[in-house]
Amino acid sequence: MYKVLEVEHLNPTVTRLKVEAPEVARKALPGQFVIVRTDEAGERIPLTISNYDRGLGHIEIIFQIVGSETFLLDRKKPGDYLSDIAGPLGIASETQGKNKVAVVGGGVGCAIALPVARQFAQDGAVVHSIVGFRTRDLVILEDEFKDFSAEFRMMTDDGSYGQKGLVTNALEELICAGHQYDEVFAVGPVIMMKFVAQLTKQYKVKTKVSMNPIMVDGTGMCGACRVQVGSETKFACVHGPDFDGHLIDYDLLMRRNTQYRDKEQANVQEVGMVCNA
Amino acid sequence: MPEVKKINRQKEKTPMPQLSPEVRITNFDEVALGLDREAAINEAMRCLGCPDQPCVGKCPVGVPIPAFINCIVRDNPKAAIKTIKRQNLFPAICGRVCPQESQCESVCVRARNGQPVGIGYLERYVADTAARENLEDPTRVPNPTGKKVAIVGSGPGGLAAAGELAKAGHAVTVFEALHKPGGVLEYGIPQFRLPKDIVAREVSKLKELGVRIKTNVIVGKSVTIDELLDLEGFDAVYIGSGAGLPTFMNIPGENFNGVFSANEYLTRTNLMKGYLPETRTPVYRAKKAAIVGGGNVAMDAARCARRLGADVTIIYRRSEAELPARAEEVEHAKEEGIKFQMLTSPVEIQADENNWVNQVKCETMILGEPDASGRRRPQPTGEYVTLECDCVIMAIGNSPNPLIGQTTPGLDLQKWGGIIVTDETTGQTTKSKVWAGGDAVSGAATVILALGAGKAAAKAINQYLKTAS
Ligand SMILES: Cc1cc2nc3c(=O)[nH]c(=O)nc-3n(C[C@H](O)[C@H](O)[C@H](O)COP(=O)(O)OP(=O)(O)OC[C@H]3O[C@@H](n4cnc5c(N)ncnc54)[C@H](O)[C@@H]3O)c2cc1C
Ligand code: FES
Repeated sequence: MYKVLEVEHLNPTVTRLKVEAPEVARKALPGQFVIVRTDEAGERIPLTISNYDRGLGHIEIIFQIVGSETFLLDRKKPGDYLSDIAGPLGIASETQGKNKVAVVGGGVGCAIALPVARQFAQDGAVVHSIVGFRTRDLVILEDEFKDFSAEFRMMTDDGSYGQKGLVTNALEELICAGHQYDEVFAVGPVIMMKFVAQLTKQYKVKTKVSMNPIMVDGTGMCGACRVQVGSETKFACVHGPDFDGHLIDYDLLMRRNTQYRDKEQANVQEVGMVCNA
Repeated sequence: MPEVKKINRQKEKTPMPQLSPEVRITNFDEVALGLDREAAINEAMRCLGCPDQPCVGKCPVGVPIPAFINCIVRDNPKAAIKTIKRQNLFPAICGRVCPQESQCESVCVRARNGQPVGIGYLERYVADTAARENLEDPTRVPNPTGKKVAIVGSGPGGLAAAGELAKAGHAVTVFEALHKPGGVLEYGIPQFRLPKDIVAREVSKLKELGVRIKTNVIVGKSVTIDELLDLEGFDAVYIGSGAGLPTFMNIPGENFNGVFSANEYLTRTNLMKGYLPETRTPVYRAKKAAIVGGGNVAMDAARCARRLGADVTIIYRRSEAELPARAEEVEHAKEEGIKFQMLTSPVEIQADENNWVNQVKCETMILGEPDASGRRRPQPTGEYVTLECDCVIMAIGNSPNPLIGQTTPGLDLQKWGGIIVTDETTGQTTKSKVWAGGDAVSGAATVILALGAGKAAAKAINQYLKTAS
């Protein structure tokens, strides 16, 4: 059992939990994730470690309420317990040896992008951060990104905050302004990563994306997390979650992510979640 | 005065009572119900008590078979369990899942004219009776030696090693990657073959012996073997991490929706209890499932799919004679209406407009010369058949997970990923203070071999700890 220490609702659909998990905190690195099981009847779901404190043995996870598991996680109060947290899993993001990078986060993907972006900065890179949200109410982690970003672009679909437009608009603008990035690191909805990769391919900028397929064990045991990278099938939990953005088959991933939609909808009903998606 | 043993000349095994196929395809209840006292004694009396005990020689852990069977004849299950437990810590499990037909029962003299003695049935009878009637002496917690041993993986091998080492008084901690101990016993082998309360019972007995089980710890990620030895003060490590990496065929269409590894399908069904409506882990309930493979894993996946409502066909590239699964599982699968498409090998998986699998194209095979395994090698014919299905489950093999190898300097591996042991009888690896056994060393094998390897390594570790300062 893993004790919940803090709960912060970052926006109406995104929540940050701080949890006691010393074994994970001890080894966690930016880009890695944990498998969480909220209760005994629950699923095992992957969530990125958005922050950690090795000394205190705490980790933070940030998630969007998208289904039964995240709905139940969101209801946890400080002092409550989660059944299981296993990790850290996956290969940490490669953040060393870069001069200048652009980090692109979309929606709750910003929670995954943030620790990686911070690590890029700590490892000496100039970091340009581009974050995108549907609308102002959904903005998260703005100050956190600004702390270390040499350039910061806020994009909203409806223009209610920052600039109106997509993250790709801002990225293209920066590239066209002459910024030479060693790497673009993008995390967010699959469709966003697809378009970021299309853009950077055009400008021949190396691009890493963080994959979020369905997982079960997170240790390479089941293959539920298969992604197609070029001509190869990879297991995102052990070979990733970061992959070359120009090689990923995004359409396949989008389709694979719908595999269990029926049961997911039944679960949502079962836990009494009011659907707002 | 020496007893004159009465022999039951019945040629056939005393039948195992079973749930009827019609009932069992509607639930996950255990299929084989176990012999009662009378039936067990009747079966036990078929044993000739051969002086050279061929059956014992074929048991990977050397259970004194005629001796325990003789205890059943004398209606003394308490003595029987004691006899078995001297060699085998988990008879309730082995009685259910061992491939007796290729081990002890294969050399039973009674099989020369009729069926062999039902050794598996009897082993199970003893274990179940002992549990039900509480016949075992309470676990005595030994005097602590002050030595610490880490076990990686809580499959049958890891648990056996843990038990033996705890009995010797060492402080044993088992590290398990998943949230529940048991390894394949928990996530792979289904409830209807091995009820999970049996696994839980064995685990809780180990805990009574003082074994600590830490779940959710992925050795190689959460902690490395070097850290266990150098920072956490463990004096020795046993690796029993199994062979959990699923193999796919690398044929076109394998990543379509509805194509699963048997590991995923079985983990969702068994570990996550996806078959129960009250759990939230989804498992795909297929209408028409094609299972590729012919081993125990394929049978288990097929029989789970059947119970989840599918019409099931097993696709196997050799013929029935080569099926590597336990004979009983094949028989049960057939009774449950599972079809076998023999001498057939998938070459491509096709999908509908939603990218959901709708058929699998297979090539017809013929059997050629025997290969290295001694089984006749399947050869392509250039003829094809197509099978309609909305689910394909790949059960064509598992290999060891590379994680531990990658993170443990000094631990040498085979090309295919197995951990190299320098001494087969002890499981000593190329790294000092580290032993290994079970599927992690041999590749996918059997419960009893893993158990035997765990036990042998425990003995060697114990010896080492006695001499190490
Ligand atoms: C579906 C299925 C059916 C089978 N049926 C039979 C049968 O009927 N009869 C039979 O004899 N055999 C059967 N087998 C084979 C048998 O189950 C295995 O040979 C046996 O379980 C091997 O035991 P083990 O202890 O070596 O490893 P496993 O049982 O594989 O256990 C290994 C454990 O280690 C854990 N682990 C792995 N890596 C790490 C890590 N890095 N850190 C921490 N923990 C880790 C795993 O999560 C797992 O719990 C079957 C196998 C399968 C998959
Ligand atoms: S989640 Fe099971 S192999 Fe990746």
